[in-house]
Amino acid sequence: MQQREGSPFTGLGPVFMKELSDHLTSIRMMVLTLFVIVFGAFPVASSLQTLRTVVGADAYLYLRIFTIEPQQVPISFISALNFIIPLMAIGLGFDSVNSEFNRRTLSRVLSQPIYRDALLLGKFLGGLMTLAVGLLALWLIVFGAGLLLLGIPPRGVEVARAFGFLLVAIAYGGVWLAIAMLFSVVFRSTATSALCALGLWLFFFILWPMIANALVLGFAPAEITSLDQYVGIQELAIALQRLSPGTLFSEALLGLLNPETRTLGFMLPAQMRGAIPNAPLPLDQSLLLIWPQVTGLIAGMIVVFAAAYVVFQREEVRA
Amino acid sequence: MSDNVIEARGLLKLYGATRAVDAIDLDIRRGEIFGLLGPNGAGKTTTILMMLGLTETSGGAVSVLGFNPVRQPLQVKRRVGYLPDAVGFYDHMTARENLIYTARLLAIPRRESGGRIMAALKAVDLADVADMRVATFSRGMRQRLGIAEIVMKKAEIAILDEPTSGLDPHATFELLEMIRGLKKAGVAVLLSSHLLDRVQSVCDRVALFNKGKIALMGSVVELANQVLGAGHPLLVEATGIDVATALRGIEGVQQVLPAGEGAWRVIADRDVRAAVARNIVVAGGSLTRLADLQPSLEEVYTHYFEGERHAAA
Repeated sequence: MQQREGSPFTGLGPVFMKELSDHLTSIRMMVLTLFVIVFGAFPVASSLQTLRTVVGADAYLYLRIFTIEPQQVPISFISALNFIIPLMAIGLGFDSVNSEFNRRTLSRVLSQPIYRDALLLGKFLGGLMTLAVGLLALWLIVFGAGLLLLGIPPRGVEVARAFGFLLVAIAYGGVWLAIAMLFSVVFRSTATSALCALGLWLFFFILWPMIANALVLGFAPAEITSLDQYVGIQELAIALQRLSPGTLFSEALLGLLNPETRTLGFMLPAQMRGAIPNAPLPLDQSLLLIWPQVTGLIAGMIVVFAAAYVVFQREEVRA
Repeated sequence: MSDNVIEARGLLKLYGATRAVDAIDLDIRRGEIFGLLGPNGAGKTTTILMMLGLTETSGGAVSVLGFNPVRQPLQVKRRVGYLPDAVGFYDHMTARENLIYTARLLAIPRRESGGRIMAALKAVDLADVADMRVATFSRGMRQRLGIAEIVMKKAEIAILDEPTSGLDPHATFELLEMIRGLKKAGVAVLLSSHLLDRVQSVCDRVALFNKGKIALMGSVVELANQVLGAGHPLLVEATGIDVATALRGIEGVQQVLPAGEGAWRVIADRDVRAAVARNIVVAGGSLTRLADLQPSLEEVYTHYFEGERHAAA
């Protein structure tokens, strides 16, 4: 293998800016924004209605906007996000590479002084930045609505925890964006790549919890005879669930937005001895608690992107 | 310093056991228009992609303007313009925006790019539609925009892969004029095409690809000599004398064959038109027609591949 000259990131800036501009001005982005408003605004509005009655009784009022499950809408804001973010990411990435093949622009663009590395990374970063812009706007809307309807400003620790939520949400979106881009590299048909990405999302969202439970039941002995056996089965169930990016995202948000959360794994009552019930953890302890989940999301994003990168490097650009 | 802008020696591309390009040697000179001919799957596009560093070579060496496209693809791509078959542009962007994106990829300074883009669009007669979305462009306009990209880039070599396929005669004529314009500007043009008459009308030299190999290479006349053994054929129409007898003594004339009522086909190894006219007049005949029968590339191509088929059978 001969060594190439020049930086692999030559041309990254123009590709990134073009992708960002394309996404932000596209009709697809408007549709996705509308989708986010419809699915995100109702839980937030309902939560705020509920929270107005308990202002002053809760130290983490702003965080409750994200987590409370209002009576009128049977879904919390973060549950809605768990649903919306993958759809947004898939919507932004499912045709990022194969559409270049289909429009016959790939060979022309790659005949300019640019490596494939920069093209793929520029597309990924452009999509990720678009997601980040969308989520930041949503985050600001939630805080703005909170200020208006609750009438009290958020505390610094609430802003810090909510900012952590924003970063975790971007990482979660990054995983699904990388998955969508992988399919867009593998399949020349945009419809096939969209279907595969959505199928995988449905698999993790609906089927995987059931499959994981079935697997645990399959591995579990007919009769549990010891505490170690019981703990082992519970830990297997949790480990299998955590293969889903959605589980990692939910757990990370649980630790960040519910400061009272002390553990995300299996815990015996004996381990709770001496703990003060409902006492919030400091922010740094909550960050330590969710660090494995955040690492898992970032690692997942990198691994899937690397797979897309390898496949793309081997593609013939005869188009 | 070599006058060749592209040099390939033993260039090889394997796809598994298939030899898509089979150890070809090729030189393309500065300022010439060079045609790549051959049936589908003969290895023309693969050769082009290797020259651009868009696909790796399996063996041999290729040098483009002194750079190795495998190790120095960015250097090559800065200096070479490429117009793929049915070139694609971003439909949602205008012609100007598409070229601005290319200019940014080329790292052309903003203060310079605006002027270069407008000059390029004027050169291909697209200045009036610079701010129209490419989605509204015809195929011919897209091809011209592709040429504009090469002009804006100030490329030293233009590689055009089937640039006229699917174009109407008028659009083809315009595009061929633009290709001649590139040559006048000192750009070496490598042109791949199936349309033999169009290749013949613009190319200085051609290479005939067959099964990954270059079967023939040279000017159309040289190819005709190799394949048809045609030399310089003439059509002579004269009355009042025995033309065959009058012309047989001319140096270089190889054959004088009847070609219809009062017409003769003269095969010579050089241009003998002046001697033919003189001999007929001196012999007391009336010369009514003297035409140089340029060999057609289509004849050469058809004859070569028919010979190949017969040999295979």
